[in-house]
Amino acid sequence: MTSTYRYLPDTEQDKQEMLEFLEVSSVGALFSDIPKEIRLHNHLNIPESIPEPLLYKKMHLLASQNKNANHYSIFLGAGTYDHYIPSVVNHMISRSEFYTAYTPYQPEISQGELQAIFEFQTMVCELTGMDVANSSMYDSFTAFAEAASLAIASSKRTKVLTSKAVHPESRAILHTVAQGQGYRVEEVELTVDYTDLEKLKKQIDEDTAAVMVQYPNFFGSIEDLTEIKKIADKKGALLIVSANPLALALLEAPGKLGADIVVGDMQPFGIPMSFGGPHCGYFAVQKNLMRKVPGRIVGQTTDEKGKRGFVLTLQAREQHIRREKASSNICSNQALNALASAICMTALGKHGVRQMAQLNVDKTNYMVTKLQGKGFKIVNQAPFFNEFVVELPVSVKSVNAELLHSSIIGGFDLGSDYDQYKRHMLIAVTEQRTKEEIDQFICALEAICND
Amino acid sequence: MIENDQLIFEMSRPGRIGSSLPPSDVETTNLSNKLLKHLIREVPAELPEVSELQLVRHYTALSNKNHGIDNGFYPLGSCTMKYNPKINEDVARFEGFSRIHPYQPVETVQGALKLLYELQQDLAEITGMDAVTLQPSAGAQGEWTGLMMVKAYLEHNGEKRTKVLVPDSAHGTNPASATVAGFNTVTIKSNENGLVDLEDLKLHVDGDTAALMLTNPNTLGLFEKDIVEIAKIVHEAGGLLYYDGANANAILGKTTPGAMGFDIVHLNLHKTFTTPHGGGGPGAGPVGVKKKLIPYLPIPRIEEYEGNYLLNSNHPLSIGRVKGYYGNFGILVRAYTYIRTMGPEGLQQVSESAVLHANYLRKKLEPYFDSPYTQICKHEFVLSGSRQKNLGVRTLDMAKRLLDFGYHPPTIYFPLNVEECLMIEPTETESKETLDAFADTMIQISKEVEENPSIVLDAPYSTVIGRLDEVKAARQPILRYTKVEVNKKDNETVLL
Repeated sequence: MTSTYRYLPDTEQDKQEMLEFLEVSSVGALFSDIPKEIRLHNHLNIPESIPEPLLYKKMHLLASQNKNANHYSIFLGAGTYDHYIPSVVNHMISRSEFYTAYTPYQPEISQGELQAIFEFQTMVCELTGMDVANSSMYDSFTAFAEAASLAIASSKRTKVLTSKAVHPESRAILHTVAQGQGYRVEEVELTVDYTDLEKLKKQIDEDTAAVMVQYPNFFGSIEDLTEIKKIADKKGALLIVSANPLALALLEAPGKLGADIVVGDMQPFGIPMSFGGPHCGYFAVQKNLMRKVPGRIVGQTTDEKGKRGFVLTLQAREQHIRREKASSNICSNQALNALASAICMTALGKHGVRQMAQLNVDKTNYMVTKLQGKGFKIVNQAPFFNEFVVELPVSVKSVNAELLHSSIIGGFDLGSDYDQYKRHMLIAVTEQRTKEEIDQFICALEAICND
Repeated sequence: MIENDQLIFEMSRPGRIGSSLPPSDVETTNLSNKLLKHLIREVPAELPEVSELQLVRHYTALSNKNHGIDNGFYPLGSCTMKYNPKINEDVARFEGFSRIHPYQPVETVQGALKLLYELQQDLAEITGMDAVTLQPSAGAQGEWTGLMMVKAYLEHNGEKRTKVLVPDSAHGTNPASATVAGFNTVTIKSNENGLVDLEDLKLHVDGDTAALMLTNPNTLGLFEKDIVEIAKIVHEAGGLLYYDGANANAILGKTTPGAMGFDIVHLNLHKTFTTPHGGGGPGAGPVGVKKKLIPYLPIPRIEEYEGNYLLNSNHPLSIGRVKGYYGNFGILVRAYTYIRTMGPEGLQQVSESAVLHANYLRKKLEPYFDSPYTQICKHEFVLSGSRQKNLGVRTLDMAKRLLDFGYHPPTIYFPLNVEECLMIEPTETESKETLDAFADTMIQISKEVEENPSIVLDAPYSTVIGRLDEVKAARQPILRYTKVEVNKKDNETVLL
């Protein structure tokens, strides 16, 4: 007899032999410990099994119902960016020795993963200017909230201050997390496109565990971390920075400007947009916070013969050892995407990341200058990296709907999160956008707005 | 080959590059003219400089030092290391799924939203729940999300309960998640049969009990056959029942957490639904709830209206957001593809084979190892290495010996309530020949322990590295590479 499902190798004969060995008459007998009143009597009400060739077609059809960045020029950013992913990245992460393994609990047969994470940790430290990085978090937003929880736990204070120029989703998740743990989150208002430092000075007090900002911030503007650090220091609060790692190729590392914790998302390096996930949060700290970091960390050590090797370390922080006293509940992380970003950073290399970041700056500035020339008002007062805010005469939603006709996916509608920015669009221009695409976008925008 | 052991940084040589970017087609902007001087980066990040082939050789060499399911049997208990289907990988990489932005207008991502909506429906049916959120990125995040909903539900009903009950055999994430959600954890004892001790449960359940978290089958691989009674005890005291779906691979199509009386469920798609573990992640931990908890689900929710799919954040009682965007979409695509591959009867056969395999393998091993629980098991089982410990060989040593035969060892020293525990989960995707060969190896190791224990104590012999000094790693942490250069003049090593 052939088995019906290609993932299930048991033949009828296999089953019979195993049942005979077990001295039971049927597989059903192995489920006799499930009380009768809770057993299912009908099959699950889900669609029937589909053979691979038909399923492939079906999934292709479903995917084709989405307008994707191969066919549309995409000017959306707001935390997820369309960057080029070198071909080597997908080839290397498709090696199944990596992707079909679990957490490297057995270091002797997991040196590949462990070393790759050790190298990833090093790259994160290099970009952020921090001493210690972990092996990854779910995404930048949850990493941001974990950073606040770390600050609360290590300071015994009860409040954090977050700038409103931080991504709305970071703040939303922070509010959810703080609600659970019982600490307060206060938001600091904006001076147009960056954190209002005068308001920050008024809101900070001896009960503030951390000041939390984004660099570049949600509007693309580059905050002056040095000034923010001075304000935090006066009250003994930590400085937590959420940073786009690509921008750090050109911007001074937050660690050099006084950041105590730096988090962010490695998505710009080698990770597809994939409708928002899976991406890859990173988490880096100064040395004094090393033993309070959430999640897994890889360390270097030696075997009996003195040969260099790598292991999961400082596990006394973690849930499987400390249970309810752990520094976080995180277990599974985003290891494969951390690997993808390490491979991408390796491919780009020391000079490539700077070159890519510079292309983003160049194209963004080209678009801004050209828009200004056409009479559009750019909101940003501080210098920006690869995003900026433009004011429009009509709703962003209607503009974006029109842009689709020109095969353009327009920017983010800021009005959905900021009352003062109705009819304001947040535009991202990555190295993927050519001069021609930018010109077409401006042309289409002009036509729509002058209509 | 020496190169195999080098760090990527040690291979780096100034001037090499592993990618090519286009030259700028617009005028260059110098940030130095715009930014404050102290915000300009003067010292570049020391990223590696290697050619593309060097990169490929490096990561290929690393992959060769890693064991995945595709390499060999991986009976890591409670992790459900089953086959990761290849079509799932292809589908998740379709440009219509991988090259879409989470903030695109909803009318441009109807295919993606349809997939998510249908997956919600499927998982609700599989778990016997009324609604599902796909946002949580892993089991632990699912647990926390579920407990936050418990909290919101109780508070909305004017109650402030502080206790979450967790059996002593539970995963470490259960108590950790309870803490992160602001609850105190109370541990419930297991009885001599490895099941929740009903008397101890009754002793601890009271008006302050918010929820009981339970894995069923539990981490010993045993079905909590008193589940209906357990549910009654907790519900009568006004508490809720949380189902940790880590072991859902045992019950597909046989029963549901809903039928058992649970109010909230999380599933680990990277366990039961074949999405790859990725060396530690990404996973996905969707959460299902019964009707009374629907108002508290995270936002945005994916809903259907007259054939159109939309994202709705207008749910005022929601606990809020728990994860960026809509969850680990690429993982959800893989799980959806798997569920469509198997269908209802296929999923039921999955659990039947998983349970058959576990019972078969256990019976084969029982003469050689202590087996603390003798009733039928579900998809996994535990053995104790206490017999071997008396001969001077610990479970850790036997695990290391297994490496020499090309196997990933079982989960060891968990659950905590079994001495020298080995927790074995064969899964349904392994053939009978594989199970037989593994059993033969385990039996051989048990004989080595009796006849020549030093063979086992000194293992492994065949791995690229020997046993590593974990104490040293923790006491003198080296958590990143630091460039060391030999100063040729006086031959001193200088840390840069």
